[in-house]
Amino acid sequence: MTTLRIEAHPTRSATTASRAALAGLILRDLTVLKKTFGEFVLRTLIQPFLLCFVFLYVFPKIGQAVGGSSAGATGFATILVPGVVGISIMFQGVQSIALAMAQEFGFTREIEDRVQAPCPIWLVAVSKVLSGSVQGVIAAAIVFPIAAVVHAAGVTATVSLHWLEIVTLVPLACVAMASLGLVLGTSFEPRNIGLMFGFVVLPITFLGGTYYPWTHLAPVTIGHVHWLQTLVLLNPLIYVNEGMRAAFTDAPHMHLYVIYPVLVGFATLFLSIGLRNFRRRVLS
Amino acid sequence: MADDVIVTEGLTKVYEGMDVPAVDHLDLEVRAGEVFGLLGPNGAGKTTTAGILTTRVVPTAGRAYVAGIDVVRHPALVKQVSGIVSQQNTLDRQLTVWENLYFHGRLFGMGGRDSRARADELLETFSLSKWAKASVYALSGGMAQRLMVARAIFHRPAVLFLDEPTAGLDPQSRLALWGMLAELNREGQTVVLTTHYMEEADQLCDRVAIMDHGHVLALDTPDALKRSTGADTILTVKVDRDGERLASALARDLGGVVSTRVAGDVVTVQVRGAERLVPRTVDVAESAGVAVLDLAVAEPSLETVFINLTGKELRE
Repeated sequence: MTTLRIEAHPTRSATTASRAALAGLILRDLTVLKKTFGEFVLRTLIQPFLLCFVFLYVFPKIGQAVGGSSAGATGFATILVPGVVGISIMFQGVQSIALAMAQEFGFTREIEDRVQAPCPIWLVAVSKVLSGSVQGVIAAAIVFPIAAVVHAAGVTATVSLHWLEIVTLVPLACVAMASLGLVLGTSFEPRNIGLMFGFVVLPITFLGGTYYPWTHLAPVTIGHVHWLQTLVLLNPLIYVNEGMRAAFTDAPHMHLYVIYPVLVGFATLFLSIGLRNFRRRVLS
Repeated sequence: MADDVIVTEGLTKVYEGMDVPAVDHLDLEVRAGEVFGLLGPNGAGKTTTAGILTTRVVPTAGRAYVAGIDVVRHPALVKQVSGIVSQQNTLDRQLTVWENLYFHGRLFGMGGRDSRARADELLETFSLSKWAKASVYALSGGMAQRLMVARAIFHRPAVLFLDEPTAGLDPQSRLALWGMLAELNREGQTVVLTTHYMEEADQLCDRVAIMDHGHVLALDTPDALKRSTGADTILTVKVDRDGERLASALARDLGGVVSTRVAGDVVTVQVRGAERLVPRTVDVAESAGVAVLDLAVAEPSLETVFINLTGKELRE
């Protein structure tokens, strides 16, 4: 064997080693993404496709309530298309991070090896968020064109691209949702993944403004209190979807002065909780 | 100190919610180039000790240094010089056998070309070249273990840690792994392993620390530990009853008896001087009126040492 030439002492500074380790971790994730790209595209597209198919094709065909008239359907399509992009970004966070991490912490124990990388432990979690965010951006890029075209005849989404918002809000939303994925993946045991879907993912999805703009929720009141419009402000997906509305349409949306800081706030909050959880799970 | 790869001083770990420390004021020195074993039953504190040295467990008190670096203050630097093989299979399921090695190199800051060359070289060395493109799911337990060792030494660590490396391996794979570790050690690799197989510690280790309840009870070469029992032969006698009576008769009349122990229907006697031991034992038993069902003679093992130190068996 000529395998040995032992390094008795660290040869690189912690910073240099960490930078290389981060690059290595992301390179690994992107390699896996490349290898499984077909699978990635399928799982990314199935939900947006079904949403568009049911709401923008089947409903208008059978004259169902959601936008019964053709004009109403077009208005709804304009609302739904950015919502579908937003929800896809969120699901990327859940799938590429929360599910993967639950598995790696659970039965494969792969995380055991990953945290031996010569860098601080938090950087391992950050690398997950970064590669998860990249997957979110790719998901948004492939979902948007599909969402914009899968409609019944006569139904068209009025799309309008606001590039400044697209290049800032899409990555920001991806980081926030990937960080949410980190929180979920480090909070739920693998055997409780069903709970996570039932009690976290579904409420976020249905009350996240995918099928309706936040600005339209005002009529839901008890007495004079716009309770639903107020309550869903706790839901990070609201800001993602409103942001996508601002980026991809001319439809009314929540003010950008609100969307940007709140998304930055959620990203920071989720990232700090997620990193703390991650550290707790790894160290004893 | 200069030649010590690992030093611990008063190392203590009390897990949250536990009153008893898992590791209690541990002072250890592991020398460069040796195979060092932490031997003990489950809960002895050996995995916790290894966990602290590999930066996964944060000690409650005391210090630990790997290659002269404080593991609490500079965990990331310690990881640069540590290679770790954990108990479970932690191979990356989404990568091939070759990629598992290649990306390890990238993780440790090696360039693409160097990582490729080293991955090829290690697959060759560990007889896994045939499997380079296979999924890690295709590997048997023994092969997965080999790949994990190859991955752990990829970045040429100052110390290779193995946590219960052969737990769950078939006997053949266990022997193969022992051979591999011995070979690596011949080339200068320092190895620290935890095990509860006394045979493994005996075969593989230059020095063994016997642990129980977070303490090191004895630390020496396997031979010196065995010599410390004062006996050169272990006599095991099976009887149908009257074990206690036989034990006291043997202690009195056999000569050279270091200690006796009765567990159920088995009497274990540690003896110095093995001359005509079997017939003499039968004579003593007959005079005492105890019927001998079975009789075996063996050399002292680390198990003997452990029993002498703790009064209990190590168990496999």
